[in-house]
Amino acid sequence: MADAAVFKSDIKPDWCPGCGDFGVLNSLQKACADLNLEPHQVMIVSGIGCSSNLPGFFNSYGLHTLHGRSLPVASGVKLGNSDLTVIATGGDGDGYGIGAGHFVHSMRRNLDITYIVMDNQIYGLTTGQASPTTERMIKTKSTPQGNLESQLNPIALALAGGASFVARGFSGEPTHLAELYKQAIRHKGFALVDVFSPCMTYNKNNTYTWFKERIYKLEDQRHDPKNFEAAMARSQEWGTQIPIGVFYQNERMTYEEGEPAMAHGAMSKLPFKPLDPSILLEFV
Amino acid sequence: MKRKTVSVWVGGAAGDGIASVGESLAKIFARNGLHVYAYNSYQSVIRGGHVWWQMRAGSEKVYTQPETAHILIALNQDAIDQHALGVETGGAILFNSDRMQVRPEHLAHGAQSCGLPISKLAKLPIMQNTVATGAFMYLAELPLGSLEKALEERFGKKKPEVVQPNIDAARAGYEFAKQNWKQFGLGLGLSKTQRLVMIGNQAFGLGALAANCRVYTAYPMTPASSILHFLASNGPKNGCVVKQCEDEIASMAMAVGAGQTGARAMTGTSGGGFALMTEAVGLAGMLETPVVIVNVQRGGPSTGLPTKTEQGDLFQVLGASQGEYPRIILAPQTIEDVFYTTAEAFNLADRYQCPVLILSDLLLSEHTETVDPLDLNVKVDRGEIVSEWTSSEPYKRYLNTPSGVSPRVFPGTRNAQHVSASDEHDERGIVISDVFTDPPTRKMMMEKRMRKIDGARKELAKTYAPKLEGSPDAEVTLVGWGSTANLLRAMMRRLEEEGVRANIFLIKVIAPFLGDDVTAALSTCKRLVMIESNFTSQMARLLRMETGIHIKDRILKYDGEPFVPSEVYKEIKKILARAPAREAVAPR
Ligand SMILES: Cc1ncc(C[n+]2csc(CCOP(=O)(O)OP(=O)(O)O)c2C)c(N)n1
Ligand code: SF4
Repeated sequence: MADAAVFKSDIKPDWCPGCGDFGVLNSLQKACADLNLEPHQVMIVSGIGCSSNLPGFFNSYGLHTLHGRSLPVASGVKLGNSDLTVIATGGDGDGYGIGAGHFVHSMRRNLDITYIVMDNQIYGLTTGQASPTTERMIKTKSTPQGNLESQLNPIALALAGGASFVARGFSGEPTHLAELYKQAIRHKGFALVDVFSPCMTYNKNNTYTWFKERIYKLEDQRHDPKNFEAAMARSQEWGTQIPIGVFYQNERMTYEEGEPAMAHGAMSKLPFKPLDPSILLEFV
Repeated sequence: MKRKTVSVWVGGAAGDGIASVGESLAKIFARNGLHVYAYNSYQSVIRGGHVWWQMRAGSEKVYTQPETAHILIALNQDAIDQHALGVETGGAILFNSDRMQVRPEHLAHGAQSCGLPISKLAKLPIMQNTVATGAFMYLAELPLGSLEKALEERFGKKKPEVVQPNIDAARAGYEFAKQNWKQFGLGLGLSKTQRLVMIGNQAFGLGALAANCRVYTAYPMTPASSILHFLASNGPKNGCVVKQCEDEIASMAMAVGAGQTGARAMTGTSGGGFALMTEAVGLAGMLETPVVIVNVQRGGPSTGLPTKTEQGDLFQVLGASQGEYPRIILAPQTIEDVFYTTAEAFNLADRYQCPVLILSDLLLSEHTETVDPLDLNVKVDRGEIVSEWTSSEPYKRYLNTPSGVSPRVFPGTRNAQHVSASDEHDERGIVISDVFTDPPTRKMMMEKRMRKIDGARKELAKTYAPKLEGSPDAEVTLVGWGSTANLLRAMMRRLEEEGVRANIFLIKVIAPFLGDDVTAALSTCKRLVMIESNFTSQMARLLRMETGIHIKDRILKYDGEPFVPSEVYKEIKKILARAPAREAVAPR
């Protein structure tokens, strides 16, 4: 087993002390090492947000893109070089707000990509506005009277959207989280890992303690990840009991397996070939 | 000498099969050695509406759609009502006399009424198009065998059982015409010269495949969709993944992701989709990702005129995305030019590691034209690439070089891991925007990126050297860009024939603007007239901004239809009759 340290970059994370994203980063480094991946084989693609700074702190290939666009860029990377282990990362605002459209379609597309959302239920980088996963009536900078919109349920959305792997972790449970990552990366197809990653600075509601008092592990309750209905039922649990673990997994054909153009290896590595003149027959 | 051409219009409703009649005729002309130019005027409806295919063929190069027709093939009554008076004296209106009527007022301009009793000539009413095409073959003195071959090709694979009945219908139409009407005596001068018949968007697809484009992404939008359709059926077997995306934001972002891996990538859209792409166009500028973007303009603003032509996006493309970054913008002029420019765009993108935008419009992308055989063996240059990294020093993706181009590695290369960041970064790609904002590094990186423009400008000034076409001492220079090149050439020919010395100047490289070269070329001109399809004369304004040359004489069109040559001709004559507008020539 490789050492997680090889995935550490020489840049020190600039997150606030105690930010949940540290746990996300450490667990991901451990998972990649446990899977015997090498840094040059991995490409991490992020959007914009505190969480989206993660690729800079990870020793691998990385792409830091636009707010909400990590998934289509990551899809392009996978189409371009399917040999890479492609991991998309970002925040809840990035993925479930501005990027929600891409999230839904990436699940249908089922490219072999792992998507890690550092869900802190707030917009961190822009200093504390409501996010799609902010609970109702919570006061934030942009909702001083309380948030009027209901909280998005990413797990239920992912199940309904056809994700072939749906899991949730907690950055306060790093060992468990690393195991989830390993399963998600090994999973062939689109894998969502939504991670409770508390924002120390702008979310005073959903803190480590708040989560510790509520979370339980699905595997402890013998949840069967093959059972879609059971997964949907578990996804609805919120309040005093909040599940983490693998909700659902169902391997189906990936996009790259079905795409005839990709049958001959990574597109970026195909040798140059002059166009066959028979293509012009259509025009004579 | 009058050039020998034949002009044909096919009119009817969407769903009447006009395109297939038009496409068959275009191929028949081309196979008989003729040049073809056709424009199909249609609307954004699937059934009904009015579709009007306007085609001219001749033994010499034809540049525009015809304004009048020798022969109108009317597939419904509406086509007769709308177009009968556009048929030349002695010309023919071919129509199904079982269903339609030509009345005396339709013949006021001297056309002949050529009714075809379809029920007597064909098994099924649906074959009216074939009967009419057969009759057309006789009138225009074309070999019936070419039509029979076209029918076999059209139906042979899908519906072999209808091949013979259609051939019979074509023969019946031909014979009926022979018995009833006289041939036109056009003397077209058929030959065995082989040319290809295609639309501009097919040339975009071919150019991309010839350049080994590996990923094409798009969201459907007229008039760019036929690039998607062509590539969807031809891409996979030629090493190109074609991906329809959830929107244009995704198309652009995906193309950037693919480009980043080293796979050649392209996306295509029209103005509205391009507006959605813009943020990620800037991303490609910042990440220094090679990517090719095609914008096929249609009438704007907003949803505008989905099936009509315009050159209204020049400023949109010039100003796309926040901030400043190197971009190359090219405007090809003909279908052949679309092919070669597209292939070269990939080389430019790789060499300068920046987005290359190609501006087309509905007219260029969707009109049908004959082109000389294309050379598929296009030159391929991937630019500066580092294939391995063994140094103990970290690889610098954004190395500050004299040219501004930093040799790139493809992700997956051992030992060269780095992050490409959308935030401002240093030579290694490390973000400097937030905590450690670092003005000297920012300045260096900005200058490094922008320096790439100098190299690109030098190269483009060689590859696409701006130059006058036609007589050097012309009285008037017609200036334009993109799809109007054909029109300008036709105008120059006509003016010269009438004894007016004219030349033309086409602006192909829009960014980086080749200001010095353009100024030099135009400085000898006596009188400049700008001709473009938009309201505010965007190219004239760009030209003034970049060179100080102020063209006040402008012929502009923004009704969605292509320029009508005779109207432009009249406008030019009017302009020439006036005293030159002040500052209408280049400052010397
Ligand atoms: C198009 C665009 N709109 C807005 C922003 C500003 N912006 C940057 S990050 C962000 C939200 C961050 O929240 P989230 O994605 O949840 O990540 P976090 O910072 O909480 O980790 C916003 C709105 C932007 N960068 N781009
Ligand atoms: S603001 Fe919140 S999310 Fe951002 S680094 Fe600080 S703790 Fe983390």
